[in-house]
This record gives sequence, C-alpha cells and structure tokens, in this order.
Amino acid sequence: MKKPLLALSFAALAALCAGRAAAGVSIQAWTAPSGARVLFVETRVLPILDVQVDFAAGSAYDVREKSGLAGLTRGLLDAGAGDLDEEKIAERLADVGANLSGGTEPDRASVSLRTLSSERERAAALELLRQVLQSPSFPAGALEREKARTVAGIRESLTRPDGVASRRFSTALYPGHPYGFETTVESVSAIARDDVEGFYRRHYSAARAVVTVVGDVSRSQAEELAQRLTAGLPAGGADGVVPEVTLPSREVVRISHPATQSHIYLGTPALRRGDADFFPLLVGNYVLGGGGFVSRLLKEVREKRGYAYSVYSYFQPLKVEGRFQIGLQTKREQADAALKVVEATLADFLRDGPTETELAAARRNLIDGFALRLDSNRKILDHVAVIGFYGLPLDYLDQYPKKVAAVTRSQIRDAFRRRLQPRHMVTVIVAGG
Amino acid sequence: MTTDNPDRRCRRACLAALCAAAALAAALGAQPARANPFETTLANGLRVIVKEDRRAPTVAHMVWYRAGAMDEVDGTSGVAHVLEHMMFKGTRKLGPGEFSRRVAEAGGRDNAFTSLDYTAYFQQVPKARLGEMMALEADRMANLVIDDKEFGNEVRVVMEERRLRTDDKPHAQVHERLMATAFQAHPYRRPIIGWMDDLEHMTAADARAWYRQWYVPNNAYLVVVGDVDHEAVFQLARRHYGALRPRALPLRKPREEPAQKGIKRIVVKAPARLPYLAMSWKAPVLRDVDSDRDAYALEVLAGLLDGHDASRLVRELVRGSRVAVSAGAGYDATVRGEASFILDGTPAEGRTVAELEQALRGAIERIQNEGVGVGELERVKTLTIAHETYKRDSMFAQAMEIGRTEAAGHNWRSLDVMLQKIRGVTAEEVQAVAKKYFSDDALTVAVLDPQPPPAEAPAAPARPAGVRH
Repeated sequence: MKKPLLALSFAALAALCAGRAAAGVSIQAWTAPSGARVLFVETRVLPILDVQVDFAAGSAYDVREKSGLAGLTRGLLDAGAGDLDEEKIAERLADVGANLSGGTEPDRASVSLRTLSSERERAAALELLRQVLQSPSFPAGALEREKARTVAGIRESLTRPDGVASRRFSTALYPGHPYGFETTVESVSAIARDDVEGFYRRHYSAARAVVTVVGDVSRSQAEELAQRLTAGLPAGGADGVVPEVTLPSREVVRISHPATQSHIYLGTPALRRGDADFFPLLVGNYVLGGGGFVSRLLKEVREKRGYAYSVYSYFQPLKVEGRFQIGLQTKREQADAALKVVEATLADFLRDGPTETELAAARRNLIDGFALRLDSNRKILDHVAVIGFYGLPLDYLDQYPKKVAAVTRSQIRDAFRRRLQPRHMVTVIVAGG
Repeated sequence: MTTDNPDRRCRRACLAALCAAAALAAALGAQPARANPFETTLANGLRVIVKEDRRAPTVAHMVWYRAGAMDEVDGTSGVAHVLEHMMFKGTRKLGPGEFSRRVAEAGGRDNAFTSLDYTAYFQQVPKARLGEMMALEADRMANLVIDDKEFGNEVRVVMEERRLRTDDKPHAQVHERLMATAFQAHPYRRPIIGWMDDLEHMTAADARAWYRQWYVPNNAYLVVVGDVDHEAVFQLARRHYGALRPRALPLRKPREEPAQKGIKRIVVKAPARLPYLAMSWKAPVLRDVDSDRDAYALEVLAGLLDGHDASRLVRELVRGSRVAVSAGAGYDATVRGEASFILDGTPAEGRTVAELEQALRGAIERIQNEGVGVGELERVKTLTIAHETYKRDSMFAQAMEIGRTEAAGHNWRSLDVMLQKIRGVTAEEVQAVAKKYFSDDALTVAVLDPQPPPAEAPAAPARPAGVRH
C-alpha cells in the first residue's frame, strides 16, 4: 500500500521542481469510438486524476408521478455493480484512497472519481468506475432503503421553512414543467425497480455521456480510459430533449410556519446555456446580488438596514430557461419591510441598470479575479465539464475576460428588462409576519 | 462572516484535518526536512508563515488572532464574532464596507470566521495584489473605528445569523444545548454566536473593549499560501505590519472542566419530523505531539467509524440493521480547550432513539470486545495519505490547516509528526482507547424531541400584482 504512494510523491516533487501550470487552460476534445464526447486537460503538477462522466439524465427527465426517479437511479449506481455488492465497492475505493461523488442536477446526472494517478491506484479506481457505470445491479434491498431515506428526507424538509419555501418556489416557477416537479412521498413510493432499470437503460448511453478528464495522465491514456468507461454503456433510446418552458404568471404565495425567520424567494425562469445574454446578465448580476459584500442587495438589505444575514441573487443557466432567483431570510415581523426593499432595489436596477462606476468595478473583479476560478484541478474540472455537457465553445475560458470587458451598461439594462419581466415574477414567503 | 461550529467541522476526513499540509516531506522518508513552508517573526511579535505553491498565479492571505469565543466571559457571549463583523465596518482611513470593495476591485474575495479558539480573516487574490491586502489588514489591526450606529445595525445582522443557523435549525439547537450541558466550568459551554439575550444587550463598548484587548500583532499570525517568494513576502510583511505596536495581553486562565461525575441527559423540543440523538464523551486533547498516544488512536477510531463509505457506522447502522437514516462520529484533538468524542444519528422511521443509542453503543462495544481488523485499519491510513495529496489541490485548504494547527497551540512543523504518528497507530491501541474513554460517567446525551409543526395552513390569497410598489 505505502510503497506506490512513496514512489508517486517523488514523481510529484520532480514535477513541482520542473515547472508550473500554465496560466490558461488548454482543453483537448474528441469523440470516443463509443460515441461519448471527451474533454481533456493535461496537468501533471499534482499526482491526481479527476474523471467526471455527465449524462443527460437529470431530474428534467423525470415524469411527475415518479418524480425522484432520476435522483434514485444516480444514487443507486454504486449500490452494487457486476458481482460486487455495495460494501465491496466502498471498500475497494477506500483501499486505493479514491473518492466517488456526484449527483443529480436538473439537466445532468454526474459521476465523479478522484484518484491518485499512480498506476496501481488509478487502474483499480477506474475499473470500479467502469463497473459502476456499466453494470449497476440496482439491488432491490438497496432501492427500498434509499426510497425510505428519501421519504424521510422529504418529510423532514417539509417541517423546515427553507425546505417548504424552496419546494413551493420551484413548482411556482415551472408549472407543468419537469424543472418544477415536486418529489413527494407518493412519487417516490411509486418507483419500482423496473423504473430504475429502465431509466438507466434509456438515459445512460454513450451518446448522452460527456467524459471530462483532468490531471496527471497523457492524451493516449485519457483516450484509452474514456473509451473503456463508455464502451459498454446501454444503447439508450431517449432523445434528451427538455420541454420548452412556459413563463409563469405573476404570483405571490404566502405560507404560514412557526419559524422565527421568514424565508423569501423571488424569481422567474430566465436563462439558457450558450445564450447571447449570458455575459450581460452575469456582469449585471454581480452588481445586483452576485458580488457578495459589494452587491446592491447586500448593501440595501443588510448593511443599511440590518434586515438579513444572507441576501443574494443568481442566474442558473440550463438547457432551457433556468431560474433567476433572489433569496433572503429575515425576522418574521419585518418580512414585509425587507421584501419592499428587495423589490425596490430590483426595480431600480431594471429601470437604470448599473452605474458606470459599478460596471467598472464588476469588470475589474470578474476579469482580474478570473485566475481564482481556475487555480485548482477541481475548479478546472467543474468548468470544463460544463463546457462539454452544454456544448459551449472550447475557447470559452479564453474568451471569458474579453466578453466580460465588452459588456456595456445598455446591454445589461436591456437584457435584464427582457429576462426579468414583472408579469412573470414569482414570490414565495414562508413564515411571513 | 461565519461561525465555525466545532462539533461539525470534523465530521468527515477527520484524519486528513489532523495531518500535514504537504505530503512530500512526510511521505518521503529519504528526503531532508522540507524547507517549505517558511517562517519568520517580526520585531513586534507577529509571526509570518509562508508556503510557496506555484501552480496558479493566485495567493491566499490570512490573519489569525488567538482570540475566540472561549476567551469571552459571561454576559458578553458572542462578542468575538460580533467584532469579526465590525472589522468590515471601517477604520480611521476607510469607510464602512470599503474594505470588501477594495478586495473585490483587486479581483479578490474575502471573508472571515470565528471559532471557539480563534478569529481569522482571509483574502484570495491575484498574486500581484498581496501587498494591498496586507495594507488593508494592517490598517484594521490598529485603526478600527466602531461607530455606534454601524454597531447597532450589525448586531441585528448577527441576530439574523443566529436565527438562521441555530434558532430555526433543530440539530444546531441540540448541539448548542449539548455543549452547554457537557461543560459547566469550561467556556466551551457558550455558543460561538452568543446567546440571544447577550446579543440583545451587547454594546459598542463591549466590541471596542474586545478589540483593544486582543487585536495586537503579538496575538496574531499571518499565513500566506500561493505563487509567492517567501523572502518577498517577509519583506512585504515587515513593510505593512512592522510598525504596529505590540501590547501586553491579559492573563489567560485555564478554566478547566472538573471531572464529570455521572451521565447527563437532556431533551430539546423543536419543530421537526424525525428525532435526533447526539452522545458526547469527554476525550483527551492532543498536547504533546511526540509523547501523546491516545489522541491519535481516537482519531483513527473516528475514521474507522465514520471516515468513508465503507466505515462502520454507515455499514452497520444505515445499510445493515437500518436502525438509522444517518449516523456519524466526530473527534477533534487539535483544540485549545477541551475535546469531545461525539456519536450522532437520526433513527429510521419506526425506530426509536433508544434503539439508535443502543446501536451506537454496540458499535463501540464490538471494538472493545473484538478489536479492529488489520484491513480496515490500513484503509483509514491509506485514505489519510491520499487526502494529504488531494489537499494540495487547494491553497485555501493548505492555509487553513496551518492556521488551525497553530491556533491549537502547535507549531505547523508538528504536522509531519502528527501524520507519522497516525500511521503508527496499532489495532491494539484503537481497542484500548475504545475501552478507556467511553464510560457513562463522562457521557452527555442530547435528544431532539420533534414537535410536528401545525399542518400547513392553506396559503393566504395572493395579493394582486402591482399593489406592493
């Protein structure tokens, strides 16, 4: 066990002395013979390999009556594979010091492996990943247990103000759309083993897989491992299309709850990946509520009035219109006052956009701070996986500073006005005064 | 600006948290002692620790103060954390909020956190901006202005933070009361964020007194990790921090907890669906990294119980008997005050807290009676070493590890020793500490008694659009 690790660290030391990572990220891309798309960033500074496989198998592919199926399927991949039970899988991963992680987003189901890049550890870890991806056995016992745990989690979250608010907010934003399907006790209970097996067969195909490889391997090793991981995947069959979003009508939902704080969410479906408005919205949102301590929302709600500890806004770009969301929590007696401040801040921003000073500050932070977004293998992996999954240009990261620099006040004002229309804005207040 | 919950901060990868920042020297027995990190002490007592990591053109800059919630006294609980918030509210040179604005304009991000043992401030910036960050930190080390009005606003923000993190979070309430019960004399009994009544009665004068008492260069140290040359960083540190004047620090009294004389049990009622159980035993703190043995064996025990997906609690309680939907173990030996070994969990639907308590006790008893396997012991050590390598992927994590080790009173150079000691723990030692430290006489048990919230009331009619403006 220890021997290979020692040898490996010598290699790492040599690498550290020999040179350093270049400032930019050089992405190589190809399609494996299996049909899977592959993105690769070679970085030899640390003796680490990260591999992430993303499938178009997120919760957007659930049906309402069985909402939660995508999440359960992903969760059960490592509950048994080939002739290995889940104890064996977990033990063997731990025996080589590897971690398996990932989860389900609206569009993607992700499986991520982090392993040491030394031969023995890497080979063992990749073989486990291959089996988990290609031969999951979905044991009935594990399914029942995970259903019970999911149900327990749902029931618990329904007692919490944040759980109630976020569930209601999603259903209000996306009426009838899978982005808004609520996973309920009933929908989870309705899921049978055949459903899981079927979901896996339809959605976990090589054609719908994107493999992202970052770390201490060569191009030919990356080619070989990506092919091996995806060659034996199911044939698939689903088309991967996410239905179009119908924008909701303006709505204000109030739900009573005994919590000491109100949880307040405002938002609307707003942004797709690869959208021309992406950069104006990104830069604008930095000014409005994305820039942490320097954002307008934080200044108005927290700094000036002491209404909240946390107040923020963000865009979640997805295959079809992902949400724009503002969120805050405040003492229930002052919920209405705080909401007024948030609404006025948003209205001002929609009317005038950022000032020239604010825009300049946003540009400086996003451009000068760009290196901070890429200063670890983990961060590079996250960015490159998104580029691969959503088919963004391979020079996206190189272009990023230029695109941010080119954003103007009028572009921001124009994009915000078109994307955040008051008649489509949804507000949810749980435990209001 | 957060509080660092000591009960939670060591839930997983506990071993990794204990061990060395750089695996190189530790793993390479044949190599000479590492030169990196580097250290110097300025004439005013400020220590500067620099770790060169050249993989990306960025740097993490942290200032750690040896003043945390454990240094507070009754009636002003939470003042360490409130002062942390006030550190962003202006100096004789800078207006409120100006600090963060300047960091943002340098392309950076900044924040701070308060723990039982320390308060720390950090910026992550492109490497060329390190000097500006030092100028900003040095300024607020000496020239903070605590304005009455700004204080009044900010203490209300902290109350909102308390509501968010504790008052509406049933498990956090359980842990707050658990600490308050397990410790009667030691200051770890008080929550970092402070009791609400203390926050309501806190004054700007309390915050000013705290600042005067503890915010001096001889009570602080810098940790810098990134694409830097250590000599250049030492120069910068001398230029920016060198002129700050040291002051004598107040006498710190130990306030040790007297030996517990029997089991303590409490119940916390809060809105929830499922109950929750936390069991906390008094456990040894790592004091002498060379001669102490038990703390290392307890770290390994925590890793066997709850370090990875194949560890004992999840295997036996969640996947095996299914008595729990979740179960965990935590132990942190590198603290200034007292250490606790905590087991916790949520029973599965239809199972009781008593059954879960029995199952958690059973997991310890099996190790007491049967010992541990060579394979599982080796697995924990393998993961420890792997995590050493993985940790080097994050400059921030490396800076945190140095800072936390120093805060507990150990030198960062001890990190290598700690890793070696962990690797030397035997199966017999693990069994021995399982027998030695899990007596009921040193145990405190806290149970969440869930109070179902009233059935969700139908939503009030939506207000018509436009009325609100």
